[in-house]
Amino acid sequence: MAEQAARGATGAPGRTEPGTNGGTGVGPAGIDVALEAAPAVPGETASRVGFTAAAVDLVRELWREHGPLMFHQSGGCCDGSAPMCFPAGEFRTGDADVLLGTAHLTTAAGGDLGPVEFWISAEQFEAWRRTRLVIDAVPGRGSGFSLETPTGHRFLTRSELCTVAP
Amino acid sequence: MSVYAQPGKDGSVVSFKPRYEHFIGGAWGPPVKGRYFEDVTPVTGQPFTEVGRGTAEDVEAALDAAWAAAPSWNASTPTQRAIMLNRIADRMEENLELIAVAETWDNGKPVRETLNADIPLAIDHFRYFAGAIRAQEGHLSQLDEDTVAYHFHEPLGVVGQIIPWNFPILMAVWKLAPALAAGNCVVLKPAEQTPASILVLMELIQDLIPDGVVNIVNGFGVECGKPLASNRRIRKIAFTGETTTGRLIMQYASENIIPVTLELGGKSPNIFFEDVARERDGFYDKALEGFAFFALNSGEVCTCPSRALVQESIYDSFLADGIERVKQIKAGNPLDTDTMIGAQASTDQLEKILSYLDIGRKEGAKVLVGGQRAELEGDLSGGYYVQPTVFEGTNDMRIFQEEIFGPVLSVAKFASYEDAIGIANDTLYGLGAGVWSRDGNTAYRAGRAIQSGRVWVNQYHSYPAHSAFGGYKSSGIGRENHLMMLDHYQQTKNMLVSYTETPQGFF
Repeated sequence: MAEQAARGATGAPGRTEPGTNGGTGVGPAGIDVALEAAPAVPGETASRVGFTAAAVDLVRELWREHGPLMFHQSGGCCDGSAPMCFPAGEFRTGDADVLLGTAHLTTAAGGDLGPVEFWISAEQFEAWRRTRLVIDAVPGRGSGFSLETPTGHRFLTRSELCTVAP
Repeated sequence: MSVYAQPGKDGSVVSFKPRYEHFIGGAWGPPVKGRYFEDVTPVTGQPFTEVGRGTAEDVEAALDAAWAAAPSWNASTPTQRAIMLNRIADRMEENLELIAVAETWDNGKPVRETLNADIPLAIDHFRYFAGAIRAQEGHLSQLDEDTVAYHFHEPLGVVGQIIPWNFPILMAVWKLAPALAAGNCVVLKPAEQTPASILVLMELIQDLIPDGVVNIVNGFGVECGKPLASNRRIRKIAFTGETTTGRLIMQYASENIIPVTLELGGKSPNIFFEDVARERDGFYDKALEGFAFFALNSGEVCTCPSRALVQESIYDSFLADGIERVKQIKAGNPLDTDTMIGAQASTDQLEKILSYLDIGRKEGAKVLVGGQRAELEGDLSGGYYVQPTVFEGTNDMRIFQEEIFGPVLSVAKFASYEDAIGIANDTLYGLGAGVWSRDGNTAYRAGRAIQSGRVWVNQYHSYPAHSAFGGYKSSGIGRENHLMMLDHYQQTKNMLVSYTETPQGFF
């Protein structure tokens, strides 16, 4: 049997009118954010990573199957710029990385699941620091070794400008 | 002009089977778990075949087959290998149109590129390494009158290769040809976005390759790529892709103590010095083509010249002429030989590019041309098309710093030579670069000063087999192409021989 194809219409981002973002994001909030990561960059108090409702649903689905999770923001060619989702600890982070934020994941009913760390390489952080990231989920095939690939959906990094100079 | 019929329709030069299995041990067989996934053509957005969804069990079966073939293939003579590679090249040449149309259908790139670049380059690559392995010699050193150090090239055994989707066949051949020439058996995993064209190629050439020497397992990265990359039974892993997966593959390789080669992309500067515009002649025309080269393969090239740096004194006029050239780019049906830009390879890619068009605007870059998804008509309306886009901005913007992998050019001006080199090198990556100048000294100095593995001077996007290709900085490790590539697929055996009957005298 063939798995569900990732095809046709591309997923529309959860756009709403500016200013309707109920999260704590520093951006101009052009995108609906359902979950904000707690800030983790030293000296910063605003969230640098948000997740749309679609992304949260997908993270929950993956958590049910794989247990605790982490993200690492990729760069470079092919599927570069994709946020890669791994079992927590699968990708070894170190001094060459920056923890952008930690989101606390709950079930749809509000039950506790656990923390999801979001990492980026330090050199890429320098190039990206004026923007905050909103992780969305759209129909697609995905790639790399990211866990969502077989689901027919994939995570997509959207970006907003930081309004407060980081 | 001619338009190739879509695969599956009357008159097409290629027909895909409704389903493809794995190719292991010289035979086609189903995935152990019996699952398949659909392959979608980006030309129309519709699925056209399904492909085996491999898992660790399939990877193990492929490794069993590869190791079974290894004792014989590892010991094969350079002549045997060269004959095989040349036969593969001949077979491909005889079927150029079929392979080219298959590649276009799977990837979305214009057929004029697959007919004139991708597949001819792949053919030549096999021939190049057929010649290179015949000409390769080991070394010997006479250390003293009776002592000789011999250095033999030996194959690694069985290697793993993970192929990207931007040049599905050519990138596979870049890895396969040197690996096979060096005497290795291969387990290869194509990209899940473009798994089918290489299977069409494999069907064409399978009778030329001993069983188990080349094994192809398809599947998703996490289910199939990871079990290959982390496997204790490969002696080397080669990967082309992005940085996070590249690091993960290095991490797995460190656990198994095996070498890796990584090609992880770039953000290549294309520098136009003022003397380019001294005359409006053929050279100027060539430079404008160089400006427009960001649209080759819809921008899905690791060396896409995605940052054009133009000297201040010619900025306005050169940019105006460059934009005019970009406006001449003919978008349309990838199967039309007149089409210059086709589809992006996947919906993921389309989404990512659109997200960068969005952030480019948010950061204040000015759209000079394009800037949107391209809407095509008829059954192409479901495909993944983007207008060739030129942004004007500054090098600190995200669109100047991150590889978009689409037909998106970011343009900035520079004042002086030092300024140009400073901007060119202000990037995480160092894969490709272009330098355009009529002054040989300027071009030479700039070429040496730019921190990237490949600098094209007064040309761009040529990929001859006899030129080393690879990255500085975060663009990766190792090189592809050129006979030096054999080193990445061989290990050195030193045999240190004494020809004297006299004891050394220690004991």
